[in-house]
Amino acid sequence: MTALLPRRGLAQILALIVILAVDRVVSPQFFDLRLQDGRLFGSLIDVLNRGTPVALLSLGMVLVIATRGIDLSVGAVMAISGAIAASLADSHSLAVVLAAALGAGLICGLWNGFLVAVLGMQPIVATLILMVAGRGIAQLITEGRIVTFSSPDLVWFGNGSILGLPVSVAIALGMLILTGAVVRGSALGLLIEATGGNARASELAGVGTRAMILAVYVWCGVCAALAGVIAAADIMGADANNAGLWLELDAILAVVIGGTSLFGGRFSLVLAVLGALIIQTMNTGILLSGYPPEFNLLVKAVVVLAVLLLQSPKLSGFADVVTRLRRTKA
Amino acid sequence: MKGLPPVLITAIVLVAGFALCAMQFPNIASTRVVGNLLTDNAFLGIVATGMTFVIISGGIDLSVGSVIGFTTVFVALAIERWGMPPLVAFVAILALSAAFGAAMGAVIHVFDLPPFIVTLAGMFLARGASFLLSTESVPITAPVYSTVSDFALRLPGGGRLTAVAIIMLAIVIGGALLLQLTRFGANVYALGGSRATASLMGVAVGRMTVKIYMLSSLLAGIAGIVFSFYTSAGYSLSAVGVELDTIAAVVIGGTLLTGGQGSVIGTFLGVLIQGMIQTYINFDGTLSSWWTKIATGVLLFAFIALQQGLVALARRPVAKRAGAVS
Repeated sequence: MTALLPRRGLAQILALIVILAVDRVVSPQFFDLRLQDGRLFGSLIDVLNRGTPVALLSLGMVLVIATRGIDLSVGAVMAISGAIAASLADSHSLAVVLAAALGAGLICGLWNGFLVAVLGMQPIVATLILMVAGRGIAQLITEGRIVTFSSPDLVWFGNGSILGLPVSVAIALGMLILTGAVVRGSALGLLIEATGGNARASELAGVGTRAMILAVYVWCGVCAALAGVIAAADIMGADANNAGLWLELDAILAVVIGGTSLFGGRFSLVLAVLGALIIQTMNTGILLSGYPPEFNLLVKAVVVLAVLLLQSPKLSGFADVVTRLRRTKA
Repeated sequence: MKGLPPVLITAIVLVAGFALCAMQFPNIASTRVVGNLLTDNAFLGIVATGMTFVIISGGIDLSVGSVIGFTTVFVALAIERWGMPPLVAFVAILALSAAFGAAMGAVIHVFDLPPFIVTLAGMFLARGASFLLSTESVPITAPVYSTVSDFALRLPGGGRLTAVAIIMLAIVIGGALLLQLTRFGANVYALGGSRATASLMGVAVGRMTVKIYMLSSLLAGIAGIVFSFYTSAGYSLSAVGVELDTIAAVVIGGTLLTGGQGSVIGTFLGVLIQGMIQTYINFDGTLSSWWTKIATGVLLFAFIALQQGLVALARRPVAKRAGAVS
């Protein structure tokens, strides 16, 4: 529990290696990297770059799911923060733009957290409200248009580089380390897991479950807002209709692939991000292989089902029986 | 709890909202507008009827929008490219969607998985399959389609009650009767109240789960056919996000999202409220369509908060007694 990368990540790492190998077969130059203008280019970097929004979302989502919750509104929050960033970018300084966009994410997270922790609503229902209304709010901000901007400061988030890595990737890495340090460097992670494991027992044991739940939704909102800013910077504009559309599902999928149970409890930040990378590696592989991108959804569906069946309490019980039978035979 | 049932509140909101709209735009209160409202929301009403069963039983079905999309593409291709007679195509797609729902229900029950994530996989699967069939919009030119589109009962005042609206009304009434008057309906409520209790009372939980999701997907299939009548085309991206509108309609209609309580009539009123907001925005002309989403979100919040309050009120005496004992 102390290390960021637990031993149980083996299946995910193997899956990633297998998919990477398949990608290599499909596209022989998959692992080629070249340095140009102080920034690395290549399919691998592409995977990291495109995987960033989902990786950021999954960082927040994994904490929410660990408390036995779910946040359906992250895609809408991305649209809101992207819309705010894009409409302020050309008239305000970068600090103001970022503060406004991330502040919006914080408020969205507070709203979700308030509904779940204080009013005691079911997380699916509580976050459904913002999922439905959020995209409307984003369109209100952009007045229904696709807002474009040219502010070099903000564009840097989309195409700049730090130490050869794209800025967005560096940010995601930084967020992973920051979240990991805060959550695992203190008892916070354990308290979150306790809340998800059994909220009532934790409450009786003195864990401030309400504060925990509120905090994870706020963090999830901030992560989503950051993903929204990066997505907007990437296309130098904000499209309230399509920014972050269906990404909440990808984020949930990433967390589930990362082995965190939807029933709350134990979670792993690194594995959730790894899950996001697995999804993106599959997407890129399908694109490179020349199959129509429509295959993505089918492949995703199969992966969800496979992971679910592996996690299923019934099936793991079955596996236990099998191993026990084998042992008795031996 | 019995003071003011949620359905009544939904009805009051609908009537009051309609009165407000009619005060501002007197033309709204005409059979023509109401007829169009029923036609435009026919597919939503049908699919929401199925969703009501699922949600009352304590589940959720996120795949309905994708099933509608798949149905429109399948029907269009079957009639236009594969030369199937329309009726055969309808039967085929309804059998297919019913089997799809049954499969989801079976996975949910057998592997004891959350319905949310299983139907999410179903949503990906159905949408992906419709993309595979065709990514382009396929127009349907079969004569049945123009016959059905042209058919309408004349209402006094120039309104038209179209065939799709009639289908929707029939399904809503049928669904309400099924839920209120049959053993199947009683079992749905029992499942939503508590699966363990229902099982102890002798409800075949597994079979019921399969049947409920089968019903939902079957109605989504019918909604897909109705949608294809409405647009005379099959398109793999049609009805994206309809699952959200559907869930919103069910909740606004007073169904408890935790299951155990609700009604098809309430859902129907919820669909009408959403349609009314859309109509108002169309009439106003200056408001943009995104206000629909915001208004729906606000209504959702209001109704969920109301339910939360009602549930808290209902539980209060029990909680006190438990506190006194310990």
